[in-house]
Amino acid sequence: MSIPLPQFALEIRGLVKRFERPAVDGLDLAVREGEFYALLGPNGAGKTTTLRMIAGLIRPDAGSIHVTGIDALADPVAAKQVMAWISDEPMIYDKLTPREYLEFVAGLWRVEPALAETRARELLAWLGLAAHADERCESFSKGMRQKVALAGALVHEPRVIILDEPLTGLDAGSARQVKSVLRERALAGGTIIMTTHILEVAERMADRIGVIAHGKLIAEGTLEELRRQAGHSGNDATGSASGGASLEDTFLALVAEPAEAA
Amino acid sequence: MIQSGTAVWFAQHESRLAWRDWLAMMTAGRRERRRRVAIGIAVFVVVMHAVAYSVVGGFAAAPLDRQMLVGITVTLLLSWLLMVSQAMESMTRAFYSRSDLDLILASPVASQKVFAVRISTVTLSVAMMALPLAAPFIDMLVVRGGWRWLGAYGVIAAMGAAATALAVALTVALFRAIGPKRTRLVAQIVAAVIGAAFVIGLQVAAILSYGTMSRGSVLQSDAVLALAPDTASVLWWPARAVVGDGIALVGLVVASFILLGAAIAIVSPRFGEYAIAAASADSSPASQRRRSAAFRATSPRRALRRKEWLLLWRDPWLVSQTLMQMLYLVPPAVLLWRSFAAAGGGAFNLLVPVLVMAAGQLAGGLAWLTISGEDAPDLVAAAPVTGRLILRAKIEAVLGIIALIFAPLVAVLAIASPWHALVTGGGIVIAAASATAIQLWFRTQAKRSQFRRRQVSSRVATFAEAFSSISWAATAAVAAIDLWLAVVPALMALIVTGGARYLSPRKRPGE
Repeated sequence: MSIPLPQFALEIRGLVKRFERPAVDGLDLAVREGEFYALLGPNGAGKTTTLRMIAGLIRPDAGSIHVTGIDALADPVAAKQVMAWISDEPMIYDKLTPREYLEFVAGLWRVEPALAETRARELLAWLGLAAHADERCESFSKGMRQKVALAGALVHEPRVIILDEPLTGLDAGSARQVKSVLRERALAGGTIIMTTHILEVAERMADRIGVIAHGKLIAEGTLEELRRQAGHSGNDATGSASGGASLEDTFLALVAEPAEAA
Repeated sequence: MIQSGTAVWFAQHESRLAWRDWLAMMTAGRRERRRRVAIGIAVFVVVMHAVAYSVVGGFAAAPLDRQMLVGITVTLLLSWLLMVSQAMESMTRAFYSRSDLDLILASPVASQKVFAVRISTVTLSVAMMALPLAAPFIDMLVVRGGWRWLGAYGVIAAMGAAATALAVALTVALFRAIGPKRTRLVAQIVAAVIGAAFVIGLQVAAILSYGTMSRGSVLQSDAVLALAPDTASVLWWPARAVVGDGIALVGLVVASFILLGAAIAIVSPRFGEYAIAAASADSSPASQRRRSAAFRATSPRRALRRKEWLLLWRDPWLVSQTLMQMLYLVPPAVLLWRSFAAAGGGAFNLLVPVLVMAAGQLAGGLAWLTISGEDAPDLVAAAPVTGRLILRAKIEAVLGIIALIFAPLVAVLAIASPWHALVTGGGIVIAAASATAIQLWFRTQAKRSQFRRRQVSSRVATFAEAFSSISWAATAAVAAIDLWLAVVPALMALIVTGGARYLSPRKRPGE
């Protein structure tokens, strides 16, 4: 009797990227379908480089990337068809309106126009942008721009959404809307892979958290598993037995070791 | 030690920024290029002086008659209008560019000091811009005609001051007349039109009166000389100042700087108010609303092309730049219309290279905007389409615009002279394709707003694009007369384009 292999939305093996020094150094990572995965790490750890390689924006020097079983290096177009990428700097055009932007993105992903239009209307309403649908983006705030970019990422219903610091610079209201959209997406079966410096977001939203330092995955698991790996099980930051350590304590403990070793 | 917050302190701050900005523009931000830039400037200065030495001989000691006064005055007027155009563009930027304005306006320093310094900086920059071309000629006139020609430097300073004063007045007048929301676009278009209108007007007059595109034929005509005032007239003061008339020079300089001082005194106190109004206009979307249309069935290629066309169409600054290029097509269009009526073949020979050259230059600019000036590079790169398809769509967008603009002209030409139309059409296609290919080989990642500085990314690309357009224009001009002779300039054009390909980063090993 054969045991069915777990279906991974993303599977990375031995990923390497060197610039002047190794940015990503033999990274192995697997994210299951429908999982909300947060990638944490100090500045310069290789998080953004990893995500950019997954999104097909830069080519790795070595290793493999499979997105929903598709070899992203051998067939990047097919892999991109099921993915969406959002960076901390919203990728939109100032001179287009949100509707025009979504129409353009739908065209790039070959979404049927009537379907794209319905989704665009729903997304803009959901993100509180319906009233601004026909205004050019040039006068939008950072939060509105990020929401337009998010709508663009969702208009083609991607199976895997990759986000690099999507909450940077957003006010509380916009951040809550973005988080709510992402959570809904994960509940609907989408896979979310996100880097963030806001540890509370990772703590509350992620099913699993990966900690990356010096281009390598140094710890991975649920918050409880990370606490155990950091030696914080059952104790908080003060050492009392009242509860688990916060993710911040756990994260700092985890990244401190490789940093000291380096 | 300069006291902080004073006008002098601001002037020092602005000069430091301007110097670093210029240096970054010349060296593309690379320190190791400084030596090469210095050598390049030295070579340019020597070559320009050599050229000037051979050109100015006949003028250095010529008598100051009415014909010479007309020639100098018109040259000064042309240069001054270009200065006004440049100053107006700078003034628009001073009002609308946010950069450090928020910091300055939020500080407890009187904003009028800042604006006074900024107006002075604009004056300095427009005067300095004239120097690389004017200085070698003035120097050689001094060498061959005596010290009196040094007065020309004073005239340049006066022209800079008067041009800035007029630019300030025009911009503020537009601000008041049509409001901050529309001023940005209109001011940019007015600036472009001012820069081109006089040259084009003279050419159109020359065509209509004398059937030639030479401006000189109008300026040296009996009609103009008869209309010109007496040599003692105050209208000739700028020309007299150039050749060293002390009274005229002092009068001109004093009058210009009084105008500039008045502009600063009147407008500076309200600078903060204007800047805030400009900022408020940016965030008011009322006039930007567009009617919603249903999503159209489209392919990625079509979506990319449509996006490029929309962005080009909605870029006010680019519209003004394109408008200027289009304005330069007015004289050949008039020539075409006039020659069509007279059915003369000779005039078409003039028309062919002008159209080919314009097509090459326009295609180069548009190609940079579509290929390198991508504001959402990650979005396009993350889309499920190949890089080849993206580039193809962008090139189609450029060539589509070129076809839209030039096809009607070629079609009219075809009725009058099918051979000239064929040569022009072929030349336009090749010149536009070469300029686009050069931009493709030297493509870089930039924001569309950096269009003004596209030359910074590669001087090789800039020169190759210009020389390729010139060579193809020459090829078409010769081909219109003798097809076989056109082989020589065509070879030159191919060498220029091939050389650009060879020197391009896409060709270098390891890239």
